[in-house]
Amino acid sequence: MLLVRCPWCGDRDEAEFRYGGQADVDYPADPHQLDDAAWGEYLFVRANPLGSFNERWVHTAGCRRWFSLVRDTATNEMSPDIPRRRESR
Amino acid sequence: MVADGNTPAPPERLWRNPEPKRNYDVVIVGAGGHGLATAYYLARNHGITDIAVVERGWLAGGNMARNTTIIRSNYLLDASAALYDHALRLWEELPEELEYEFHFSQRGVLNLAHTEQEVRDARRRAFANELNGVDAEWLTPDEIAEVCPILDTSPNLRYPVLGATYQRRAGIAKHDLVAWGLARKCDEMGVDFIQNREVTGFLTDEDRVVGVRTDKGDIGAGRVGLAAAGRTTLLTDTLGLRLPLQSHPLQAMATEILEPVHPCVVMSNHVHVYTSQAHKGELVLGAGIDTHNGYAQRGSVHVVENQLAAAVELFPVFARAHLLRTWAGTVDVTPDASPIIGPTPYENLFVNCGWGTGGFKATPGAGWVFAHTIATGAPHPLNEPYGMERFTTGALIDEHGAAAVAH
Ligand SMILES: Cc1cc2nc3c(=O)[nH]c(=O)nc-3n(C[C@H](O)[C@H](O)[C@H](O)COP(=O)(O)OP(=O)(O)OC[C@H]3O[C@@H](n4cnc5c(N)ncnc54)[C@H](O)[C@@H]3O)c2cc1C
Ligand SMILES: [Zn+2]
Repeated sequence: MLLVRCPWCGDRDEAEFRYGGQADVDYPADPHQLDDAAWGEYLFVRANPLGSFNERWVHTAGCRRWFSLVRDTATNEMSPDIPRRRESR
Repeated sequence: MVADGNTPAPPERLWRNPEPKRNYDVVIVGAGGHGLATAYYLARNHGITDIAVVERGWLAGGNMARNTTIIRSNYLLDASAALYDHALRLWEELPEELEYEFHFSQRGVLNLAHTEQEVRDARRRAFANELNGVDAEWLTPDEIAEVCPILDTSPNLRYPVLGATYQRRAGIAKHDLVAWGLARKCDEMGVDFIQNREVTGFLTDEDRVVGVRTDKGDIGAGRVGLAAAGRTTLLTDTLGLRLPLQSHPLQAMATEILEPVHPCVVMSNHVHVYTSQAHKGELVLGAGIDTHNGYAQRGSVHVVENQLAAAVELFPVFARAHLLRTWAGTVDVTPDASPIIGPTPYENLFVNCGWGTGGFKATPGAGWVFAHTIATGAPHPLNEPYGMERFTTGALIDEHGAAAVAH
């Protein structure tokens, strides 16, 4: 089981979390400007790298807050940095 | 090794291990089930035999070696029923055609319903199957108990079994033997298997793909077909071609070899486990993906625990079995849980990917339509709805939920 570092609660079992996929995918500033291809890409396409991946997790069985961390998708090694808390907008 | 004495020992050599030529009419990336079946039908249906299948590991050592071999075609949507039932009909003729016994066993699949809503959905799916010419029956708990006596159909479960759809033509096959049978026939027809060679990118001439780069030198190709499953985007990313695929670990597990106790395949979406008993005698269990992206071919133990809890609840006798092995593959999942099969914006480059958790059952069908797509440059009618453009047009083939469990 992965050990996931919640910025608020510390290292906890993966089973306490839900996964949120690629981090920092912002809602388009002006969706009406997008053509079908760009809108489809926003909806459906996410990075799928082998190696370093900046991804979101939510501590559902703990503090229930979202955060981002960097994990290696080949080794599962997580960056020791405190995961970033992203201010909600 | 062999419990029942029926499984043939692998013979000395079923295919050559040639050095690649500098150029081929067709290069296929990935010698999993789909790459093998594609080469087979390119040769058989289209007379194209100047083919190299390039494999980074060993032949059929990816998901083909790791899946739980469930074969069925009882999908809800028309496009899915057509694609998967075509594959099932090919399975029915393949043992004879390959002259190779791979233990295709049409022992039937039960898809259990545990809630009123699931009952409605499952019956709707059975009606849709019938309209599409796919065999389907609805069974009550008493009828289920006759098909699968070890399943607990009493009302005492936390999620009692309220009924099930039953597809009699569904079943399992021995995955390794399927791969070896296909590889043997391909080799006889002149196909080269190039193992231990990783494709790292493409040779291009403007918008045209003219070959592949590998870790041991370039290989020229008239056409290139990707059948690389979980590692597809690593290749398409090199062209800046972004596909809606996420690679996840998918785990499965097996017990020690037991006397025959489990006569069919049972799948439960609600408590989420599926089970069968392999030909040799192991109970084989699986369920859903680990939710995080990953290429490690390993998953987390709590996912295994959840499936075991569900399995023991449904099958009290399983509590006495010992789990011997768990393992994982890397599966490529699309947003609508349907595959992507078709041309790409690059001339002469074709993709077959996104089969996610359920592509074994489609092996011959995927090979058939992908071979057609590569040979003619245009999709077969069966894979026409499965092009990547559906993620722009919005014409998704949304089998999430619709198809009972994932496999
Ligand atoms: C645990 C598990 C259980 C499953 N259960 C079922 C089931 O019950 N029923 C079902 O229908 N499906 C099931 N599946 C899904 C099924 O296994 C896959 O959908 C199917 O095997 C994919 O097609 P394939 O056989 O060609 O893939 P693979 O066997 O994975 O073939 C892809 C090949 O491409 C090679 N490759 C990748 N990148 C490169 C490269 N750059 N260069 C060279 N070679 C490359 C890989 O090494 C691999 O051998 C399961 C999968 C798993 C992991
Ligand atoms: Zn927390």
